Amino acid sequence: MLTSESLKRIDREIAKYPADQKQSAVMAALAIAQEEQGWLSSEAIEFVAGYLGMAPIAAYEVATFYNMYDLKPVGKYKLSVCTNLPCMLTGGVDAGEYLKQKLGIGYNETTPDGLITLKESECMGACGDAPVMIVNNRRMCSWMNPEQIDKLLAELK
Amino acid sequence: MAILGAINPMLSVGLDGDNAWRLADYIKRGGYSALRRILGEQIPQGDVINEVKKSVLRGRGGAGFPTGLKWSFMPRSFPGDKYVVCNSDEGEPGTFKDRDILRYNPHSVIEGMAIAAYAMGAARGYNYIHGEVWEIYQRFEEALDEARSAGLLGTNILGSGFDFELFAHHGYGAYICGEETALLESIEGKKGQPRFKPPFPASFGLYGKPTTINNTETFASIPYIINLGGEHYLEAGKPNNGGTKLFSVSGHVNRPGNYEIPLGTSFATLLEMAGGMRAGRKLKGCIPGGSSAPVVPGATMMDCTMDYDSISKAGSMLGSGAVIVMDETTCMVKALERLSYFYYEESCGQCTPCREGTSWLYKVVHRIECGKGRADDLDLLSSVTTNIMGRTICALGDAASMPVQSFTKHYRDEFAYHIEHRKCLVPVDVQRAGSGFFTATV
Repeated sequence: MLTSESLKRIDREIAKYPADQKQSAVMAALAIAQEEQGWLSSEAIEFVAGYLGMAPIAAYEVATFYNMYDLKPVGKYKLSVCTNLPCMLTGGVDAGEYLKQKLGIGYNETTPDGLITLKESECMGACGDAPVMIVNNRRMCSWMNPEQIDKLLAELK
Repeated sequence: MAILGAINPMLSVGLDGDNAWRLADYIKRGGYSALRRILGEQIPQGDVINEVKKSVLRGRGGAGFPTGLKWSFMPRSFPGDKYVVCNSDEGEPGTFKDRDILRYNPHSVIEGMAIAAYAMGAARGYNYIHGEVWEIYQRFEEALDEARSAGLLGTNILGSGFDFELFAHHGYGAYICGEETALLESIEGKKGQPRFKPPFPASFGLYGKPTTINNTETFASIPYIINLGGEHYLEAGKPNNGGTKLFSVSGHVNRPGNYEIPLGTSFATLLEMAGGMRAGRKLKGCIPGGSSAPVVPGATMMDCTMDYDSISKAGSMLGSGAVIVMDETTCMVKALERLSYFYYEESCGQCTPCREGTSWLYKVVHRIECGKGRADDLDLLSSVTTNIMGRTICALGDAASMPVQSFTKHYRDEFAYHIEHRKCLVPVDVQRAGSGFFTATV
């Protein structure tokens, strides 16, 4: 189900916790599975549960509780835009509207070529850099004015 | 540069340069000397805790609870496993100080946690890092590797016989995990739903073992307290409000960012350090302690000093030190609508008053913002908040209610105008200009 590289990464996470607490690695294991496969299918969630020796329902609970897991396929790049108050005051909502216009899609939609999925998101803890957005849960982009957004879109191919 | 400005700083001293976060740089500026001295001289655990008590360091995560007192609750002679946990799940809108501490001074957190572990007899710790800051998590992992290789973490640290293992746990997007018992559930690999208290974590914490949870900035301050002495640290702030603190300033200022200032510094000074108001506009309101803190009208705010007691007197909370500045281009109904949506989205769903109540709060503020408000909506909002507050397991319900109560109290005319005229008192093009996104329109 997962590559040996991913399994090795999961094993490293398991080692952080007491031997009888493998379940503690479930958040990291789901994140690693999502990173490899692009999203979390039921099969992937059940595989992770089995690998950690926990009930599948317990892994589903985690996957559905935390916002950064994608339970449906997303584009090659998932672009999450913060529109919470501090970002909103300095252009977060405008940045979202600008992206919608540029990409021709709304929030929770993917461009027809499958390249970009647009998401509205909650506070990322980087309000001093507002407006902020994140690419694929990993790369934080700061001070996203129209020029910066154009530059980012040109780069995401 | 990490911190944009400072007055008599401690945490942000010497953080210029790309390698300030590295172990070698940290040691060069005096890092790990506090841990070295404590272990070398075998200073009794109680003395370390007393030093922290003397400093009157108050928890930097939001609640402001005295750290030394919290540490003294741990049954340190309890023979089994005990844990120290760092709360770096920084998701309170407006707060971004822990991100900079971990980015530029991660070893201060590691040293602070090691000292805490020694003082409370814990052999294992975790740092729970906010999901959206992956780069910060990676850097912290690297800093941990450095500390392990140098014998500053692991078994028999610096030959003292003291063992302490520390690991990073990466969150994945749930505001509620900033609540300490939800955070523990999350480390255990579960949904982040807060636990009923008591029992408190000091007796039943991570994996059911005694646990102490402190904020990142709290731990980062510990080495400075040990080196300076508790009394000197206290004197750096003001009575009952020890030391310096990082303030995250966001919103309508010219230089949003982090600033380290002694507690008790005037808000006017902080605002000036942050470059003043954008385009010289007037301060309409300020949320002084993160989105959960009640909003304070501009004129009242200008008379405040930045410390727990002064902000509390102004009817709000210092919280995490997140200062959200709003100028006269802000529509207060829209601002509250966005905050209410946040709490509705982030309620964990466990307690009915919060799960249903946050939904009501958002829907009612939303309909006012959309021009569909009803004459009795403000009374309805007030009734919903009083039915949430004090009736939930954790503080999220209260946190959702306080913005609603304070916004509708201080800006009642604006809400009434919205309901009566079915539009914003602040014209939409003025709001848009205020955001500065399309610079051409400013």
